[in-house]
Amino acid sequence: MVKLTIDGKEVQADEGKSLLEVCTDNGIFIPSLCFLKEMTNPPASCRLCFVEVEGLPKPVPSCRQSPAEGMVVRTDTELVRRLQRSALQLLLSAHHVDCRNCHANKRCALQNIAKFLGVGLKPKRLEPLAMEFPQEREHPNFIYDPYKCVLCGRCIFVCRKRTGYGVLTFARRGIDTVVSWFGADGPDSPPCDRCGECVNACPVGALKSKETVQAPMEAAGA
Amino acid sequence: MKAGPSNSDAIKERFETLKRDALQRFGEIKGAEVPRITIGMATCGIAAGAVETKAAFEKAIAQHNIDARVEATGCIGHCYAEPLVVIENPGFPPICYNNVTPGKARALVSSFLVDGDPLFEYVLGALEENDMIPSVRDFPRFSMEERIVTALSGRIDPEKIENYIAEGGYEALAKALALTPQEIVQEVQISGLRGRGGAGFATGRKWEFGLKAQGESKTVICNADEGDPGAYMDRTILESNPHQLLEGMAICAYAVGAEKGIVYVRAEYPLAVKMIRIAIEQAEAKGVLGSGILGTDFSFSVSVFQGSGAFVCGEETALIQSIEGKRGMPQHRPPFPALQGLWGLPTIINNVKTLSTIPAIIKKGGEWHKQMGSPKSPGSAIFSVVGKVVHPGLVEIPTGTTLRTLVFDICGGTPHRKAFKAVQIGGPSGGCLPEAFLDTPVDFDSLIEAGAMMGSGGMVVMDENSCMVDVARYFLDFTQKESCGKCTFCRIGTRQLLNILERITKGEGREGDIELLTTLCEEIKEGSLCGLGKTAPNPVLTSLKYFRDEYEAHIKEKRCPAGMCRALTAFYIDLDRCARGCDACVGSCPVEAIFTTRDRKKAIDQTKCVKCGECVAACPPQYTAVKRVSPPHLAPRIERPQEPQE
Repeated sequence: MVKLTIDGKEVQADEGKSLLEVCTDNGIFIPSLCFLKEMTNPPASCRLCFVEVEGLPKPVPSCRQSPAEGMVVRTDTELVRRLQRSALQLLLSAHHVDCRNCHANKRCALQNIAKFLGVGLKPKRLEPLAMEFPQEREHPNFIYDPYKCVLCGRCIFVCRKRTGYGVLTFARRGIDTVVSWFGADGPDSPPCDRCGECVNACPVGALKSKETVQAPMEAAGA
Repeated sequence: MKAGPSNSDAIKERFETLKRDALQRFGEIKGAEVPRITIGMATCGIAAGAVETKAAFEKAIAQHNIDARVEATGCIGHCYAEPLVVIENPGFPPICYNNVTPGKARALVSSFLVDGDPLFEYVLGALEENDMIPSVRDFPRFSMEERIVTALSGRIDPEKIENYIAEGGYEALAKALALTPQEIVQEVQISGLRGRGGAGFATGRKWEFGLKAQGESKTVICNADEGDPGAYMDRTILESNPHQLLEGMAICAYAVGAEKGIVYVRAEYPLAVKMIRIAIEQAEAKGVLGSGILGTDFSFSVSVFQGSGAFVCGEETALIQSIEGKRGMPQHRPPFPALQGLWGLPTIINNVKTLSTIPAIIKKGGEWHKQMGSPKSPGSAIFSVVGKVVHPGLVEIPTGTTLRTLVFDICGGTPHRKAFKAVQIGGPSGGCLPEAFLDTPVDFDSLIEAGAMMGSGGMVVMDENSCMVDVARYFLDFTQKESCGKCTFCRIGTRQLLNILERITKGEGREGDIELLTTLCEEIKEGSLCGLGKTAPNPVLTSLKYFRDEYEAHIKEKRCPAGMCRALTAFYIDLDRCARGCDACVGSCPVEAIFTTRDRKKAIDQTKCVKCGECVAACPPQYTAVKRVSPPHLAPRIERPQEPQE
């Protein structure tokens, strides 16, 4: 255990945990999309969980920072908030903001973070990016909406952890990056056991379970 | 036998045997009293037609029934002169010929080899001082360079290890094996060598981390995943002198205690892949690579890994992911690869140029390297200078040389008497520097201070006809397409930047765009995960800083000062200059926008014109009647006559 100061409050922490977890455990909210507790090497890809650590020149993603004895951490500096707001605005500019018709409405991480940071869901500063990819309905277990996906990679992580190999993966580059799966282009159905963990891991409404739609049809087929 | 100082004599003796053999074999070739024709056959030479030239030489020699050898070599760096041929005809100094077409090749064989007339009109220069033919050393393009890494490029046959050994190759490895690893690391530290991949991290320090790192095995990776638009230094080095790189890698491996080496080279470089594979095979056969190098207990095997051509895989953590069979996405650092790299084990990743400099440092000493160039980033810098210069190509200069010397003295300045506008250094991660920065010395710190960066060595020279907004748009388009899509700032941020720039170049710029670009750029720099995102805004930031007036002209006046943005320019034909009856331009127009006016001159139908500029090129130089204007409404409107005129 180490002792450190977060936002002026002295806390005790397990060195094995990330700073992000330590903050959350102590009731300090850190915006984040891509982090899961089980991750040994969090991807640090959503760029939301920044904090400032005294002695480090720049804000660091708290998911990749281990707590250390005597560390002084600030989670709410102007620079941190500026980066967080900017990242969120960017994410929202590439997100199909249609909360009323979204199945994730009211339990969506983007809504939470936007509320916390005081950012409108349709930021005026950036133009919304029109996305060309339609919903992907071929997967037996879920419907995937790339225009809602924040590419946090949580579904990929949980799937890989459960199955031991990569059924889900990222595909394409740049703004066209999507989550895809092996067999997406071919006639074979993906080696998926329909555990549904990917859908549960999605922090937004990009993955929607097909179960309710699929079940009666399967029953008829069998 | 153990490697190290205790067995230095045995290692030396072993190497001397190798060298004697090589010299003997090579001496037989050199000593033979037959003419020797050497053709630059790297990718650049082949693209310029070296294969056809070589075939023409061989055919002509057979036809004339003379005894002569035709050999291939790598690239000498003079791209403007390819195909480049050196003819060593007994009784003459070695003579270098530029742009040798098959026709010139046949003429050279019949006139020079048969009749003894060296055809002065085709000569670029002699490679040695003599009374007969001006030497190439008289040209600044040759004399102002200082070659360490490319010293043997274009002078040896990359497919023959004897050739490299005869020129002093693998001597540094023999010397290194007689030292302790600590001594080598110290020598590299003294040399002040900084990583030539772009970031400029001190190589000696990296090696020290590698040496001290704990792990069951260590790996040395050579990063040859060169991907900047317009940069080809690594490719040329691999194609022209692969053994030098292998020697550098072996020295690095001995210094840090690695047994495995990987050359990560992109599959788009098939010739480089072939050359490095041949080199590995030959080096293993000679015992300078593989198990028990030069009779010692030190073993080092090198394999080639072909990358699939993702720019981001040049980032070291993404490169490691790629070798591990995963999608090439950068990882958060720390941990740094030197401690926890490939398969979680210590891994030293160095650029081709860095590793290729090592043999010279070991041979001549760290102090020698430290003395060269500017004090804070000593050594040489290799640039591929392309764009609007008279003599484009690969240039190796001491660091600290000014941009002016590089662009104007060595590469001959901008052609066609056009004004120099900017130089883009460091590819998509670098920046554009204007004329006022021409006296900036080329080294890591000075360039970063100016807002650009050394990068891996791509340099694009631009003249007055380049639009800086369009250049920034071009580079952002590149980084956006090459972004791995992992982190928010790079994936979406660069797309937002690109959208704004595209709008501006289309004349749809708005008040506030410049401010939005600036703040977005700063946030992307701060927030991105890896070097790609952190440096992606540089082309925008530097062009905004040094060419703000161009952005303002685009946004406020809807005018492109360089006349390059299609939506903001128009072409028209100056009727005072147009020649009656000439219709050179008519055939060049792909959309039939050019029509004949009542007085039998030509005019452009603005509603049809696609602004391709073909008519500008087609108009005979004595008229130069086609003009380009911006904004487009400045072009005079000429009505198309109702009925065609005869």
